Amino acid sequence: MITVELFKLSRRMRTWFSIALICALPLVVAIFIAVTHLAPPPGQGSAFLSAVLDDGQLYPAAALALVLPVFLPVAVAVVAGDSIAGEASAGTLRYLLARPVGRTRLLVAKLVAVISFTLAAVIAVTVTSYATGVLILGPSRASAVGFAPGGTSGSIAPGAGGAPTAGLQAGAAITSLSGTPLTTLQLLERVLGAMSFITVSMLGVAAIAIFLSTITDSPLAAALGALATLVGSEILVTLNAASVVQPYLPTRYWLAWIDFFRQPILWRDIQRGFGIQLVYMIVFLGAAWANFATRDITT
Amino acid sequence: MIATRNLTKRFGKVEAVRDVSLDVREGDRYGLLGPNGSGKSTLIRMLLGLVYATSGSISVLGVQVPRHASRVLPEIGVLIEEPAAYPHLSARVNLRLLDAAGPHGSRRTRRRRVDDALEQVGLVGIDRRPVRAYSLGMRQRLGLAAALIRRPRLLILDEPANGLDPRGIRDIRDLLISLNASGVTIFLSSHLLSEVSALCTRIGVLDSGALVLQERLASLQEPTGRVLVSTDYPDRAVTALDGLVEHRDGTDLIVRFPDPAALNSRLVAAGVPVRSLLAERRSLEDVVLEVTGAGSDQFGVPAAKSREAPQAPDPPDAGVPEPAPPTSAPADPDMS
Repeated sequence: MITVELFKLSRRMRTWFSIALICALPLVVAIFIAVTHLAPPPGQGSAFLSAVLDDGQLYPAAALALVLPVFLPVAVAVVAGDSIAGEASAGTLRYLLARPVGRTRLLVAKLVAVISFTLAAVIAVTVTSYATGVLILGPSRASAVGFAPGGTSGSIAPGAGGAPTAGLQAGAAITSLSGTPLTTLQLLERVLGAMSFITVSMLGVAAIAIFLSTITDSPLAAALGALATLVGSEILVTLNAASVVQPYLPTRYWLAWIDFFRQPILWRDIQRGFGIQLVYMIVFLGAAWANFATRDITT
Repeated sequence: MIATRNLTKRFGKVEAVRDVSLDVREGDRYGLLGPNGSGKSTLIRMLLGLVYATSGSISVLGVQVPRHASRVLPEIGVLIEEPAAYPHLSARVNLRLLDAAGPHGSRRTRRRRVDDALEQVGLVGIDRRPVRAYSLGMRQRLGLAAALIRRPRLLILDEPANGLDPRGIRDIRDLLISLNASGVTIFLSSHLLSEVSALCTRIGVLDSGALVLQERLASLQEPTGRVLVSTDYPDRAVTALDGLVEHRDGTDLIVRFPDPAALNSRLVAAGVPVRSLLAERRSLEDVVLEVTGAGSDQFGVPAAKSREAPQAPDPPDAGVPEPAPPTSAPADPDMS
């Protein structure tokens, strides 16, 4: 069943189109920056963008920061929202279940497909933006400077604090947010860490969308419902009055992956981020399973 | 093959299926009739474990459904309301995917089984086009092919003739009859009476969720004991058949007389030339309209809200489900 789901995912134009779009945004941004040499000043704009002019190898991190707030969650929510509701509205769900494909099994296969899509999208962004960074923005300049995380959507991780001062390290070494140099291996590790953190964050969204997908027969409603949850969460994250619930909001620790680029890595928010996403996944996938396994299939 | 006992399904306050005890025997071509909204689809979905019954029990191929549905579903080919397929993929890819989706779809025989199914429904040659380009009739054939790829022992088909042209309907009827001859039991639902009467050996009639009739078609259509006589001398015939003529319409008479041959001799002996003479049989339409009572005028159109009680008096030998046959049907060695 998992192979079948992956095959179906791979044969949909939408899959490749959305991945292409996600990869295109950082490319466009890179071209503008390369042409104008106008990167946002440290502390403003999307995270890492201020630094990429100095070191193109950091562009994957900047690219992830660019697609994280909207592009990636939208694509994941659409694919995950389509999982059960799409089959239901197309009428294929009843034929699959009468095959028989166990309901739990189908849900697991759908989840695997969504995870694969998320991973593929994150890897595609990282790889293409690395190429973009090196080819368009160029490898690191002789005088590298430190850079600050950007405050996207106002949810600056507490550990990020103020903008670090300009890095003192010169030469080919890549500079961490804290201003100390990183070896290429360290950078690779940290990029992988950031990728897995972002993937897991997206799976929290996916779990909500899959749950909604088992409730409604409209894939659109499921995807929009999950996105509405994120938008709501983003609003509450910036609202001081909502500080009681903030630690439990799905987007609260979304930017914690930036801490991977500090020296040493600040694990606190990263761990909390992983934890909260795990809780969201367990709760919503459990609810999805409970609902789907006992539901009358009338479509 | 299929036995339900006191099966009831409520959606909120609406009782979609009410206390249905139905039996489909091995080798039957069973037609489930009923107006739209009478509960046919809900009943079929319950047989397949898609909709859970509120109360009552279901046994399919000798196995309790939905608890052990996964054991018998591989042996059942289904068409549930409209066929459905992934529109951007070809018919062939759709069938391969569906076969690969569940258990028991051996990869080794898949290609051959898909080829056979496409051939059986007459889709060979156009099976590589994306389904989005298919006509309604072609989709219906594809749906039937999907039901056949596992070489089932039992076919459960909801409205199999939907969307087909007269030629397609005939092709499918011939296909179903030949499958049945090779040992496949067929359970289908329809609101096309002519289709059911041409194809089925037994019928059940649902009305507002209740099974109001279940009987062999042949016994429903036994002669009624009346004969339709057409003669150019109706007055003489009426005199000769003193009191036996029930109805007269110009030169056509309806005569209560059990044996058409004897009636013919009697008329000839009385010097009445007979133009035609025919033993009256009830049409399936008569039968169904009679048992569905007040629902009859809604046949073929969406039924009104479910009525409180069955309105039609049941015919003496119908309305009561026949005794249950043993549900453990012997496996057919040829079907796998």
